[in-house]
Amino acid sequence: MADTAVLAAQAPAVEGRARPGDAALAARLDALDLPRGGFTRTAREDAAQRLQAMGLPGARDEYWRYTDPAPFNAARPQPAEPAADATTLFTGIERLNIVFVDGRLDAAASDALAAEGVEIESLAAAEARADHWAAGLYGRLEAAGQAPVKRPFAALNTLAAAEGVLIRVTGRLERPVHITYRRSAADADVYLHHVVKLEDGAELTLLETGAIGARSNVVIEADLGRGARFHHIGAKRANDPKLGLGHIFARVAAEALFKSFTLSVNGLMMRNEAVIDIAGDDAVAHIAAAVLGDGDIGRFHHDDTVFITHAAERCESRQVFKKVLKNGAEGIFQGKILVKPGAQKTDGYQISQGLLLDEGSQFLAKPELEIYADDVKCSHGSTTGALDETALFYLRSRGVPKERAVVLLVLSFLADALDEIEDQRLRDDILGRLEDWLTARAGNPGKAEPGRA
Amino acid sequence: MLEIKNLHVKLEDEDKQILKGVELTVPAGQVHAIMGPNGSGKSTLSYVLSGRDGYEVTEGQATLDGESLLEMEPEERAAAGLFLAFQYPVEIPGVGNMTFLRTAVNAQRKARGEEELSSAEFLKLIREKARKLKIDAEMLKRPVNVGFSGGEKKRNEILQMAMLEPRMCILDETDSGLDVDAMRLVAEGVNALRSPDRAFLVITHYQRLLDHIRPDVVHIMADGRIVRTGGPELALEVEQNGYGDLLAEVG
Ligand SMILES: Nc1ncnc2c1ncn2[C@@H]1O[C@H](COP(=O)(O)OP(=O)(O)O)[C@@H](O)[C@H]1O
Ligand SMILES: [Mg+2]
Repeated sequence: MADTAVLAAQAPAVEGRARPGDAALAARLDALDLPRGGFTRTAREDAAQRLQAMGLPGARDEYWRYTDPAPFNAARPQPAEPAADATTLFTGIERLNIVFVDGRLDAAASDALAAEGVEIESLAAAEARADHWAAGLYGRLEAAGQAPVKRPFAALNTLAAAEGVLIRVTGRLERPVHITYRRSAADADVYLHHVVKLEDGAELTLLETGAIGARSNVVIEADLGRGARFHHIGAKRANDPKLGLGHIFARVAAEALFKSFTLSVNGLMMRNEAVIDIAGDDAVAHIAAAVLGDGDIGRFHHDDTVFITHAAERCESRQVFKKVLKNGAEGIFQGKILVKPGAQKTDGYQISQGLLLDEGSQFLAKPELEIYADDVKCSHGSTTGALDETALFYLRSRGVPKERAVVLLVLSFLADALDEIEDQRLRDDILGRLEDWLTARAGNPGKAEPGRA
Repeated sequence: MLEIKNLHVKLEDEDKQILKGVELTVPAGQVHAIMGPNGSGKSTLSYVLSGRDGYEVTEGQATLDGESLLEMEPEERAAAGLFLAFQYPVEIPGVGNMTFLRTAVNAQRKARGEEELSSAEFLKLIREKARKLKIDAEMLKRPVNVGFSGGEKKRNEILQMAMLEPRMCILDETDSGLDVDAMRLVAEGVNALRSPDRAFLVITHYQRLLDHIRPDVVHIMADGRIVRTGGPELALEVEQNGYGDLLAEVG
């Protein structure tokens, strides 16, 4: 339970040196039930200090230039009734289920946390154990990902998360691990921290679906050993009026494969940050997102912020971000590729595209390349545009009704991002849902419908 | 079947008149060819008939079986039996050729109140039609026209036509860029569809295609009008003498 005393003692609100944000941070921490932590205790104390030093982000922070941090800085989230729950994504696939309700593990709804070749347990349950394998990772990858850019909400998460899943894979896990989030309280402010460790040659698919909270802050730390393969798919509940922050910190060893794909369909305000450190030779890291935003359902603002560091030779990274926006929706993409000295034969690729279905919506992209090696191949591109009128006419001239033609063209636009999902069953499942959502909304762009998945 | 009367068309957002009183009647069962110099308005005519945005009809009318085309949405015109094989077929990445065709076929059947084809029925039909056009399974699986050669794109247009079985088929320079073999396949595809209750309007520059698809009537279009109409011999005249003499005659 709560142990704010430890942290309050560390808050160095030295008089005279107080910054404008200090009071906000103090109020922010005050509103939380900070766990004392067991094996994570030093990591939490370290995070508290780092957070005090960096403060909450302000509108003037370059990294928060396109997204207003105010709703995430507020001590409490604005209450919002959850969208209807009828989770059906991935249900036809054999998997290991873990369910969180308002950020708490629902053991009765979850499968037994056991499978061949894997150690899996909840963070809260693991805290009591000394010498936990996750001790070297919890908050460590997050801390490493704080330079050169500050990510205060990730430090806040390390400090505040009482729950999460710890997964250590030694073999090849056939069944995906599927984390389902549910929310019931209208004002749930949820912090979850997952740690994934793939030993050399191990393989894991991690799925996340559902609605986490009225406001959520989720961190995933993933450590991939040599030749490991990690597939991550996040598909949060469609149409949920949520404020969501996500961070994924990954360290990718030689010959390992990291793949992450996220799907977002409507909502209020979301920011996903990915910090990927390609540390070993011949490794591959791909990150992709498909986003559908309708500003009529609620203010829609979706920000993907990616930082990929190449620190080894012959590695490949790929970023594919696609956002379909209408009714005043806003899509942001900030993507950076940093190639360190010596990271020769790096192959870095980045594409970000906004499809604007009307004139009131906007897509902003800030691609960045910083290269300190001479024998590399890096490219980036960004486009913003409307539906291709010629293609629309072509489809309609074959008898495809306009609304259906628009659906097909939106799916066509998203195809490159969806193609980043390797497992065809998972890809087809997502594609089917996307098609349902698009079709259901095609006729009545102004009205919200109950969300699913 | 297709009747065009005194059709005047200008660009929607430019003060430029392109069609200046087109008169054309294509009865069921016939094949008509339209020839004419570049820029004379042939593609514009085909777009206006099929309902593309960007044009404004300032005068005249066009009917299909007595029904006015110009007020219909493009998809309604298609369901009514109109088909345009594009001069430049459009690439649609991420949408499988097969999905596209099945969506189109079933949308049209639905619009006409007919039963939709099941997957099995559709597959059987498309395999048979594709084989005749030498379109392999691989090409059917690929995204619409993406990575297709010029000839493959044109054959794909004819495949769509064969699947949709329209009653009024307009082909806009389907022969341009085709080698002899591809041209023969396209012509065979067209000829296989010829029937007493179907009509064709074939826009072309060359006699070559007309050797394979024997037209009943040939029209010459220039500066937004049909300036001459005659039998197949008119196409030969163009082939031998170019448009110069013909147009000089008309003035
Ligand atoms: N969308 C357009 N914008 C501008 N000019 C156009 C457009 N469509 C047609 N035109 C002009 O109209 C004339 C007729 O073009 P087109 O119908 O393509 O002729 P054809 O198919 O006989 O070569 C040309 O001068 C062409 O430049
Ligand atoms: Mg033309």
